[in-house]
Amino acid sequence: MDQILVQTLHGLVNGMVLAMVASGLTLIFGIMDIVNFAHGDLLMLGAFVGASVLGVTGNYWLALLGAALVIAALGAVLQVTTLRPLIGRDPLTTILATFGISLVIQKYALWQWGPSVRRISEPVPGDFTLFHLQYPWYRIATAVLAGLILGGLWLFLKYGKYGIWIRATTQDRLMAQAMGIPVPLVYTAVFAIGSAMAAASGVLFGPFAGVTQTMGFDFTLRAFIVVVVGGMGNLGGSILASIFVSLLESYAAIVVSPAQAVIVSFVVLVLTMLFRPTGLFVPTPK
Amino acid sequence: MTAMPAARPRSPAVGYWIGFAVVVGLLVVAPLVLPPFWQRFATEILIWGLLAMSSDILIGYTGMVSFGHSAFFGLGMYGAAAALLTVKPPSLGLAVLYGLVAAGGAAVFVAYFATRLRDIYFAISTLVFSQIFYVIIFTWTEVTGGENGLTFGQPRLSLLGLGSDRFTPTTFHWFVLAVVLISYLLVRRITQSPFGQVLQSIRENEPRTRAIGYHVERYKIVAVMLSGLFAGLAGVLYAFQNKFAAPDFVFFVVSGEVVIFNVMGGMGTLVGPFAGAAFFLLLREGLSRFLTEYYLIPLGIIFVIMIIFLPQGLLGFLRRRLNA
Repeated sequence: MDQILVQTLHGLVNGMVLAMVASGLTLIFGIMDIVNFAHGDLLMLGAFVGASVLGVTGNYWLALLGAALVIAALGAVLQVTTLRPLIGRDPLTTILATFGISLVIQKYALWQWGPSVRRISEPVPGDFTLFHLQYPWYRIATAVLAGLILGGLWLFLKYGKYGIWIRATTQDRLMAQAMGIPVPLVYTAVFAIGSAMAAASGVLFGPFAGVTQTMGFDFTLRAFIVVVVGGMGNLGGSILASIFVSLLESYAAIVVSPAQAVIVSFVVLVLTMLFRPTGLFVPTPK
Repeated sequence: MTAMPAARPRSPAVGYWIGFAVVVGLLVVAPLVLPPFWQRFATEILIWGLLAMSSDILIGYTGMVSFGHSAFFGLGMYGAAAALLTVKPPSLGLAVLYGLVAAGGAAVFVAYFATRLRDIYFAISTLVFSQIFYVIIFTWTEVTGGENGLTFGQPRLSLLGLGSDRFTPTTFHWFVLAVVLISYLLVRRITQSPFGQVLQSIRENEPRTRAIGYHVERYKIVAVMLSGLFAGLAGVLYAFQNKFAAPDFVFFVVSGEVVIFNVMGGMGTLVGPFAGAAFFLLLREGLSRFLTEYYLIPLGIIFVIMIIFLPQGLLGFLRRRLNA
């Protein structure tokens, strides 16, 4: 019973971080039809930048902000140099291009920071007791922070002037262009925002298990899964799906080893693609 | 995508067969003149090329990008390992058979689910399936050896009971070359058959192919299975060459490299993937001399540049002739 409770908490916390990862991916997909294979590697790079800033300044919040800004700038540069020339081509070419980018980023991180695990120290100290099990506060704080950032993103998309530009571009890019919205600029901005979300979630996740240069692929895969389960390009859906999938994985980890628990989310993905290809958490399309 | 090549009024491209004979001749002579390192390298290019060619059936001819070929390749390796470790004395034929059965079984499973999906969804689902196999192989230590993999001896070369002999690097190269040539000619024949024409019409326009009355899903399932079988065959050969099977070869990185070979060499040509594998492996060899494991940084950049400026790949300009 205790275990179930702890795993529920675990699942919710992981789900919130995953939701942040997935939100960047789904934003980029929804607006640009780009499946960003480098998303997890941008996250990893963000985590390393965050760890470095933390090492210099000792301030967690500065690390979070610094990582987000640096990776956003990198994302903008990547979009302009490699993805912009591919607009109008087969969407599969963008998968290949971002895959190439992911290779480069991964090896660059290895070159820059080496193969060892970097720690990001916990922003909030202390544990609390849940029945008779210790649970660290920082995990709760991380989940709340992720929720706040996601809420901020949602508010921005819903009410911000530029958010409305972005949503207009998603709905109809030709009409948006005709209305005077600078669509190419919106694309670059969206890719930068998505990258910043990835970097921020990297810093948030840092204290959980440390930062390594190979962590990216795992996150890319998980983010893909929840984005497809939640419905491609659907922000709310992918947040729900993140929590759903993370909870399932947590419960599965009671029975089997965590490495095998991943298979549960694979199965959810396959079942979703077969029976509800538009996503679990969207109304059935007419 | 270019239109399907129109039927040629003049009979087969003589140029094609002359080129084919020259390349085969060079590959036959290669192990006799190359130093041992490059000899092994040439064999390896053939094996990776075979794997990449199997993926070309999907990428180039059916228009489905598979990011899961490492599963078939790896299961081919583990299948061969199973035969070589359990059957005494080790038999070449059985190893190939086991490898093909393992890879084929996996291909049926993946094909059944994944072919219902299209474009990126297909790509993601193949990736996810290959990761399922990876997790199983990685964690099922008692059977697969887990992280350490399995090591075994090389089988002896015996064909149809006609004596048996140890493989030397040279005879092994010829053996691989023979398998690869037969596979290539077979796949080439398949892509030119009515079945292959249907695959290409799925690539060009799936709804229209369906409207004409072809059962598109069935064709796709067979295409994935064929592709998986040849990938498994490549895995068997690779197991023979290195005498081990390791979970690393089931990991996604291998699938990614297969796609890179195809893009670099030229999709939809069957020969292109071999050229791509050669190009990639040579570049890797050259770059890792002074960059060690960071060779992927320049290589990744070259790859991205090729996608933008040379989407047809190195041999793309020969596409029509190679399919004639």
